[in-house]
Parts: sequence; C-alpha cells; structure tokens
Amino acid sequence: MHIKVLGSGCSKCITLEKKVREIVEKNSIDAVITKVTDIQEIMKYGIMMTPGLVIDEKVVSVGSVLNGEQILKLIKEAE
Amino acid sequence: MKNKILIPLLLLPVWVVLYMYLEPMVNFLVYNIIGMDKTSHLTEAIRFFIFEVPKVLMLLTLIVFVVGIIRSYFSPEKTRKALEGKTLFVGNVMASSLGIVTPFCSCSAIPLFLGFVESGVPLGVTFSFLIAAPMINEVAIVLLLGLFGWKTALLYVATGLFIAIFAGWIIGKLKLEKWVEPWVYEIKAGNLGVESAKITFNDRVDAGFTAVREIVSKVWVYVMLGIAVGAGAHGYVPADFMASFMGKDAWYSVPLAVLIGIPLYSNAAGIIPIVQVLLEKGAALGTSLAFMMAVIGLSLPETIILKKVLTYPLIFTFVGVVGVGIIIVGFLFNLVF
Repeated sequence: MHIKVLGSGCSKCITLEKKVREIVEKNSIDAVITKVTDIQEIMKYGIMMTPGLVIDEKVVSVGSVLNGEQILKLIKEAE
Repeated sequence: MKNKILIPLLLLPVWVVLYMYLEPMVNFLVYNIIGMDKTSHLTEAIRFFIFEVPKVLMLLTLIVFVVGIIRSYFSPEKTRKALEGKTLFVGNVMASSLGIVTPFCSCSAIPLFLGFVESGVPLGVTFSFLIAAPMINEVAIVLLLGLFGWKTALLYVATGLFIAIFAGWIIGKLKLEKWVEPWVYEIKAGNLGVESAKITFNDRVDAGFTAVREIVSKVWVYVMLGIAVGAGAHGYVPADFMASFMGKDAWYSVPLAVLIGIPLYSNAAGIIPIVQVLLEKGAALGTSLAFMMAVIGLSLPETIILKKVLTYPLIFTFVGVVGVGIIIVGFLFNLVF
C-alpha cells in the first residue's frame, strides 16, 4: 500500500504525516509513506485544501488533521 | 449517542446563565472575596482581566461551534462550482460572501487559488474570496461582538465585504492574468477524488466540536495576552494617550496605521484586544478599524505564500488595492463617527 500525505509544509500537514507514520508503525501495516510537497504534484489530485491524504492514488481525505482512529479506518477500508 | 445535538442544546442554558451573571460574579470575587480596594488601578486591571477572559472565551466557544456547523454545509469545491463562469461584480459579491462561510486556512491559499483559477473562476473573483476569507472570520466577529458590541461587529463585516468586493472587482477590471505565474494556466488539475459521503446532522455537530477544539486551543493564548495588555493599559495609561497621534485630527494616522499594519502579522485574537486599548485611549474608530483590517487582512506571510503563483507586480497591485480600500474605509469612519 502506498500512502501519500499532500501538503506544502503547513503545521497541519506535518501533524498529519506524523500521525500516519505512528499509526502505520503501531499496527505494523505494510505501507510506504511519502510526503508530497510539490504544489504541481499536489494539484494533480484536484484538492483545494491541505493536508490531503491519498491511499493508493485515491484521495481519501482533504483539509483535516484526522485522528488515529480515522486514519486506521481509512487504511482498513482501502485494503 | 443517537442525537448529538442534545449535548449543545443542554449546555446552552448553562452558558446563557453563566454569561449573564459573569460580571456580578467577577465583581463579587474581586471586591468581596479577595477584598481588593475598589478605587485602585490595580483592582480595575485585575477585575478587567478576570472578567474579559472568560467572557471572550465563552463567546468564542459558542460562535465557533455554530460557525463550525454552518461551515460543514460549505466546502471549497461547492464554492468553486458556484463561482465558475460568474461575471465580474456578481461573482465578486458572491465570492466575498462565500469567503466568510467557506472553510479556509491561509496555508491552503495556494491549492485554493489554483483550483479556482483553473476551473474558470475569474482572477478578480478569486481575489475577492482570498481577501474576504481571512479578514472576515468568526474569531474577528466574536471579539468585536464581545469587546465592542454588535454595531461595531456588523460594521466590520460590512466594510470587510465592501473592500473584498471592490478590490476583487478592480483587479478583475485591470485584467492582470498576464501577471500570474505562467505555469499556473498550464498545469492540469485532476478531478476531485473524494466522493462526498452522506453527512448526517450528528457529523455536523461533531464538526462544530472539532472546530471549537481546533480554534480555541490555538487562539486562547492570544486572547489572554491581548486582554492582559488591555488590562494593564486599562488602569494605567491615561485616557487621551492615543488621541494626539491616532485621534480624528491626525489625518495621516489612517495611512500610517495601514502601513504599520501590513507587515505586522497576527490573528484576530491577538490584535483585537489591543485595538480595544487603542480605542479606549482616544484613538479614532476609523484609524483603529483600518489598523485591525491591515493586520488581519493583509499579512506578509500570506503574500509570501502567494509569491509561488503570482508575480511581484500582481502582489503589489493586490496589496495596494486592498490597502487603499482599507484607508478609504478608515477615513470614512473617522468622518462619520
């Protein structure tokens, strides 16, 4: 599974990335996590609010810092 | 829980009673329990602080909650759809009004700008949105309401809208698309991948609580700091201290206040209690309003963020047009009030 956190360096985006990493590690999920900071790259996903969360090229959340429970739920749904 | 709306509905009467009896309670605490001297400056400063902090935080909690629910009905995507292909002026009016209610964070200014411009929202209309969204926000409205009353709050919203509409309209008329970074019109934004799930009213109530948590945890420090400065000045600074250089007679004070306000960066929570002190100490309303709008509405960090998509001439035009708008509003209020 490939998880991308989209965001050009705002504090919300950094928090989300940290949380995703925590959740993935804690639940030993087999996933590669990348942070996408390039704005042109971000725009390809058609989002207008950051942070964006993308799992296997599908945008699953925009504009909010999800909590651990929500992140885990989205990952499970994508599996 | 089945019906989450019950929680806030049950809390509301408690809120109302607390709010109504806050001042007598604070007075009782300060004068009777602590037993401070009613006439001393220190007592007044402390009383002011103990009263204003819970008052403003209570107002903030209530309004941020309500706005959080209202905002759950809006999204940048819906706003963009509403604005696509709108003509100037009508588009400017709509964009400015939607700027108040659409969820917006200045850190998302770039993706929002790109999303709008690429789907065919005119540049001037996009600017109306970008001016209104940070300037007229719930925190500003709450603080104005709490510290100055509803008339000033309404005045602020009305003039903020006016500036956003006309600044956007002028930028649209000037046809400045050529000053947008060329790559902006070349990239192809993808279609939005998130299908909007069905949102229940419970989810909206949750959104309200989340908004309260996020915003109050972020701004309470500024509220306390601002009110502390206010409390200090309240008792000790002479009442006409500001009159000579920020009063009505000092015409130059309006442009000066805007010039000083632009590079200053603060959110509404930090600046409004300070503006309250300025006003109380003899600064003119128009001058104070102009200062506040310049600080909240035009900020250096935001313009630096926008540099990624706009060239310098467009940034200067943007700051210039909005700045002039704020100055006009400042003069107007000094003249009328």
